[in-house]
Amino acid sequence: QVSAALKEGRVTPTELCQQCLSLIKGTKFLNAYITIAEETALKQAAASEERYKRGQPLGVLDGIPIAVKDNFNTAGIETTCASNMLRGYISPYNATVVQKLLDQGAVLLGKTNLDEFAMGSGSTDGVFGPVRNPWSYSRQYKEKSVPKSHSEDKESNWVITGGSSGGSAAAVSSFTCFAALGSDTGGSTRNPAAHCGVVGLKPTYGLISRHGLIPLVNSMDVPGILTRCVDDAAVVLGSLAGHDPKDSTTIQDNFKPFELPNLTDVSKLSIGIPKEYHVPGLSGEILALWSKAADLFQNAGAKVVEVSLPHTRYSIVCYHVLCTAEVASNMARFDGLEYGHRSDMNKSTESMYAATRREGFNDVVRGRILSGNYFLLKQNYEKYFVKAQKVRRLIANDFVKVFRSGVDVLLTPTTLSDAAPYKEFIKEDNRTRSAQDDILTQAANMAGLPAINVPTALSERGLPVGLQFIGRSFQEEQLLTVAKWFEKQVQFPMIQLEEVKGHDRDVFQHKKSASFS
Amino acid sequence: QKVSVEVLDHLEHLALVDFRDSEGVERLQKEMEFADQLHEVNTDGVEPMDSVLEDRCLYLREDDVTEGNCTKELLQNAREKVEEYFVAPPGNIPLPKLEERDTFLQGS
Repeated sequence: QVSAALKEGRVTPTELCQQCLSLIKGTKFLNAYITIAEETALKQAAASEERYKRGQPLGVLDGIPIAVKDNFNTAGIETTCASNMLRGYISPYNATVVQKLLDQGAVLLGKTNLDEFAMGSGSTDGVFGPVRNPWSYSRQYKEKSVPKSHSEDKESNWVITGGSSGGSAAAVSSFTCFAALGSDTGGSTRNPAAHCGVVGLKPTYGLISRHGLIPLVNSMDVPGILTRCVDDAAVVLGSLAGHDPKDSTTIQDNFKPFELPNLTDVSKLSIGIPKEYHVPGLSGEILALWSKAADLFQNAGAKVVEVSLPHTRYSIVCYHVLCTAEVASNMARFDGLEYGHRSDMNKSTESMYAATRREGFNDVVRGRILSGNYFLLKQNYEKYFVKAQKVRRLIANDFVKVFRSGVDVLLTPTTLSDAAPYKEFIKEDNRTRSAQDDILTQAANMAGLPAINVPTALSERGLPVGLQFIGRSFQEEQLLTVAKWFEKQVQFPMIQLEEVKGHDRDVFQHKKSASFS
Repeated sequence: QKVSVEVLDHLEHLALVDFRDSEGVERLQKEMEFADQLHEVNTDGVEPMDSVLEDRCLYLREDDVTEGNCTKELLQNAREKVEEYFVAPPGNIPLPKLEERDTFLQGS
């Protein structure tokens, strides 16, 4: 919709950019952004404006403000991964996905906050501090909060965004940008999307280039897309997907961008409900919502079947072994010599490396590196690493069997509960939290399948809850079509933000500009 | 089984990252116990899976030079450099042994 507005001249890219920038300033307390590229954004907006004046916009994304998670390389802009190791690191190149967006005329507003090196499920463990969920400041949440004593600051009750792409999710949710890039290795795009009430798409592994995305787990990472509606996600996907010669793990099939049809007849659909996703710890609310959604499909004529993915409960263990092993390898590049932080220790190469890494990484990262090295020791290699790879195959095969039996799309919850208050969340350590929170999202990464979180309803506390759809490999069109139908049925409410100082209220009230497609 | 100090020391050497404190060691201990759950699964006859794209051919491009000549950009991010070289401290000195290192493990 905003794209149409740009085309018709009802608003100019520069105005849009400035409104978003001032909104970012007004929502600084969310801590969603690490770096704001104000100058370059305004330049890009001005260039876009010229194109619109000439009647030659580059496409739907021309002039649309976007944000990018800070583990994607952006030329000339600091890329930190929320770590001391890369503080001050100015990327010499653009990640392919960033380049593609810029080539379409998108306006890059800034880099968003995350857990350090994308390790975590709360966006609370980066060196720039935790990200606050915009819904903490919504009227919906405040109405449901039990008022405590007057002296207790309202501020201290804020909830987390989920992670690790929390900054991106918060940015999209608070209207400071129209789309954001995240990354998804174990659920890092879908988890915050669920907690922040936005659409979070994890594409099939191999569809979108990872060139320029600072890697965590090479065999599972994908760039993720966060938007306010499913149509927008399809548009962004259309501009990003496709083979990249710079990333040999992208498939060579030709990708054709698609427009989502408005599905009216779901009678030919088969929706699978994996029973193993009914995990202990799943909140009663979400279970009820999941059930309601299944009924929704059934009442509309779709075939809804219970299916089984027997190895689901091992996916978290498998993930821990494979993830820490690949992390141990990927983090080895940070030695202080070519880029990033470098310690003053100068006695020997090894001691310099050790000191640099000691100073640059936080406990979470170091813990994973050490665990990874442990699992890769000669005496443990077969026992843990290879074993985990075998279990991975079993998990992937579970999905193949289910899809082969005629199921088109799987419907599962995305998170165990709505967003936790920060004070509660930090009571357990990162590793424990990740193990708990990734349970529902992780298996899709194991098998490389596309998955999407669609915001479904508000919880009793007034916070967003989403449901997840998992599709067949490279069948994003089908997956998104179903998601779009579901989105239309549930009519997820818009966030009613208060307490945002000094911004143009019109951006909020103007419901039409919520999406860009 | 608890992890021996030798193994912990070995890990610190391999990873060039230190455990920092007892919490770090405990974390590893917990990870090990957690990972042991894998052994409940029967994987007889199952091949390990390296990549979900294993059924496809990896893309190989032509061995032509398509980009380069970016010495200046690449050197920009390094802290210590001389002319077009990255400068590193002397390399053939091994990390000090456990007894001489400033590491938490020394006490254990």
